[in-house]
Amino acid sequence: MSTSTDALPPGALPQGGRPVDPSHLGHRNDATAAEREYTGAGAGGPAPKRIVVGYGFWIFILSDVILFATLFATYAVLAGNRAGGPGPHALFDLRNTAEETVLLLFSSFACGMASLAVARRNLLWTQVTLLITGLLGAGFLVLESGEFARMVSRGAGPTHSAFLSAFFTLVGCHGLHVTAGLLWLGTMMAQFWAKGFRQNIRHRFLCFTLFWHALDIIWVGIFSLVYLIGEVLP
Amino acid sequence: MHLLGQLSWQAIPFDEPLPMIAGGVVLLCVVAVLLWVWLKGYVPYLWREWITSVDHKRIGVMYCALALVMLLRGFIDAIMMRTQQAMAFHAAGYLPASHFDQIFSAHGTIMIFFMAMPFMIGLMNLVVPLQLGVRDVAFPTLNSVSFWLTAAGALLVNLSLVIGSFSRTGWLPYPPLSELTYSPDVGVDYYCWAIEISGIGTLITGINFVTTILKLRAPGMHYTRMPMFCWTALASNLLIVAAFPILTVSLALLLLDRYAGFHFFTNLGGGNAMMFMNLIWAWGHPEVYILILPAFGVYSEVVSTFSGKPLFGYRSMVIATMAICLISFMVWLHHFFTMGAGADVNAFFGIASMIIAVPTGVKIFNWLFTMYGGRVRFSAAMLWSLGFMVSFVIGGMTGVMLAEPTADFELHNSLFLVAHFHNVIITGVLFGAFAGYSYWFPKAFGFVLDERLGKWAFWLWFIGFWVAWAPGYVLGLEGMTRRLQHYDVAAWRPWLLVAAVGVLIILAAIIVQVAQLVVSIRTRASRRDLTGDPWNGRNLEWSIASPPPPFNYAVLPHVENQEPYWDMKQRALEAGHLQTPEPAYGPIEMPRNSATGFVCAFFAVVTGFALIWRIWWLVALGLVGAYATFVRFAWRDVEEQVIPADEVARLERANRAARSQALAVLAERVPTP
Repeated sequence: MSTSTDALPPGALPQGGRPVDPSHLGHRNDATAAEREYTGAGAGGPAPKRIVVGYGFWIFILSDVILFATLFATYAVLAGNRAGGPGPHALFDLRNTAEETVLLLFSSFACGMASLAVARRNLLWTQVTLLITGLLGAGFLVLESGEFARMVSRGAGPTHSAFLSAFFTLVGCHGLHVTAGLLWLGTMMAQFWAKGFRQNIRHRFLCFTLFWHALDIIWVGIFSLVYLIGEVLP
Repeated sequence: MHLLGQLSWQAIPFDEPLPMIAGGVVLLCVVAVLLWVWLKGYVPYLWREWITSVDHKRIGVMYCALALVMLLRGFIDAIMMRTQQAMAFHAAGYLPASHFDQIFSAHGTIMIFFMAMPFMIGLMNLVVPLQLGVRDVAFPTLNSVSFWLTAAGALLVNLSLVIGSFSRTGWLPYPPLSELTYSPDVGVDYYCWAIEISGIGTLITGINFVTTILKLRAPGMHYTRMPMFCWTALASNLLIVAAFPILTVSLALLLLDRYAGFHFFTNLGGGNAMMFMNLIWAWGHPEVYILILPAFGVYSEVVSTFSGKPLFGYRSMVIATMAICLISFMVWLHHFFTMGAGADVNAFFGIASMIIAVPTGVKIFNWLFTMYGGRVRFSAAMLWSLGFMVSFVIGGMTGVMLAEPTADFELHNSLFLVAHFHNVIITGVLFGAFAGYSYWFPKAFGFVLDERLGKWAFWLWFIGFWVAWAPGYVLGLEGMTRRLQHYDVAAWRPWLLVAAVGVLIILAAIIVQVAQLVVSIRTRASRRDLTGDPWNGRNLEWSIASPPPPFNYAVLPHVENQEPYWDMKQRALEAGHLQTPEPAYGPIEMPRNSATGFVCAFFAVVTGFALIWRIWWLVALGLVGAYATFVRFAWRDVEEQVIPADEVARLERANRAARSQALAVLAERVPTP
């Protein structure tokens, strides 16, 4: 990690040269001693920018999770209201869903690799891993829109019943998030390319990775609560 | 497909004189103001110092200004409703039903979303970073985005006055009435998009302030040393973060029903209209605490300052605040006991609603005990607080009556309910906003508002409120339902006439408030607050100049107890001179101005307007514009501007000199024990 220390203020490293994080919890190991102090009860004065940005974005993710929780609740209420139309069992293709899941999880893995590349200030690997992240995400979207198109062509579009309205809205909202994430990812790549590993861009990238991983967690919820449980619903 | 979607000349109500005249007058006023600003050459100043400002103090002032303008708009609606009901006994009155329905919908929407919310968020913006002893909020540019998105929502609601029509469904668009089948015009769309856009702004505010309060505080400011206003702001913003996504989703689902033929709340296709009531009130009930909690914070500051005592029971106040924050999420069903959820469910929510009166009662007693044994100064801010305590207890008790499900079956949808929530929102939230307005005005502008006119305004508001809304309780018990355009029950008439007199008294109060502002500005030279501490305050915001320098604190203060500034003053008084030696001043980096918020809100208005009228190409254009704005912002190379050490030293030395002088005055007035 020696390359990642260029942004640290002088004197932030102990004698041994490696930053120390005794608890190994809640801090990246390039946090300065001062940063570690600030992240506690907060009586040590204003926290540094990196912590403030990350913290704020965590709060945003919290609100986004509540947004999805509302959609999950809506789906749970309306899942039985089929208006004489088809139910989950007749519509869902678990194989397709499994492929979507694999693509999204590997996309997240690639995103994790990109974080490592950014930590090492390696532009080539950053761009390569981000490109892979984006391609896998785009693959996910292709599979999802294929599924949507098949359902609509079978006459099971969102206007058919309350169940389908709720299904398309919940899953589609996640898809919209992935789309927005891809737009953000493209903008991130352009920023790294044009401006390099500037501190504020690394902060933004931290937020992007949080966002991208959070979408995985939401997807795990959709996979389990919509698709898997859909198999056993009457 | 039409190039302009559904927009045509028919959207302008040429055949209805009332909205045309009102719209014309508003348009004339706006044009006149813009022309005056332009002719006087104020445009560059406004652009540089206000529109693009990311300074939390400036943004706070703009929020409050928006709230005051919207208060006037919402109050005009109130006058129209009260006069209509005073006239419409066995008669049609002067407002046709479709117009009357738009007025009560607009009144509620504007007063909650564009008056009460901006007022509270404005006060938080102005005060919270000052009280925390820091230089700005966590995300200054996003703060500006928040404000301008709120203003964008307000603009859309007011556009509906002349282009198209506003919602006729009340301040919450209950389906199936709000579905396309029964509300085919653009009224509900205006409502939904305006609230979606301003709601995003509010959500960003919530994130911003939670982060600010939890992560940016002066050294030594433990949680148990935070001023009460900061605690209530924290609770309120936590509620924003947790509740506003629910609002966004509920309205988005309604919009999907209306725009794309989905079946969330429709009568057909398995839709469930009752789910909307559940969703909207799961946001709506926390929302009323989002409004009242900061007001509780204002009262805590004001009562403590003007009683010359520390706040009684600080820790119990913190616990009460956080208890309200939590319980407020467990009571939403009391808004629809009559929906038929069953006795068990109703009983649970009835009891939860009554329990919330307990922490509120703790607060009332804490304020009373703060005053007990203190030297109470009856300033305007203190009068608002006292008026609140008397009135809010009554409003709270009628709330407990409504929380009893069996009683609620009688009172639901009657004027008793309407009187109850006006009781808690006007005498709770609005009085709190006015108390904060008189209390912190000198901090924002450097001069004190006229106290005599301020007290007049209070008494007129206080009396006017009770004359206007005490009859509401009686009318509700007599069986009058809300939102009646006309009626034929003779027994209601006298009470409605009394209520109309009440609204005229409030009109007088508002005229006095306008006069107070005008008089105070004109005589500002003689009412300058040179010390930065006009009320002998206790918290850090009074330790700096009025108005504060852009960086607030030349050196971040070290906090050692709950009332750091009071403590500082006492030590200085004992020693006879300022206790802190002059520090070494360094240059200070502050965030640079940014037009991002303004430009983004411009595109939000374009997108919202295009969505309302289904002009799809313009929607795409607006979204691309908003995205481009953010990319442009992300590409900036210089984020901060540096205020040189000389300038910091000059401003801070002036503040110290003024403070030493004030200390001498204070030492004469208050003999040290």
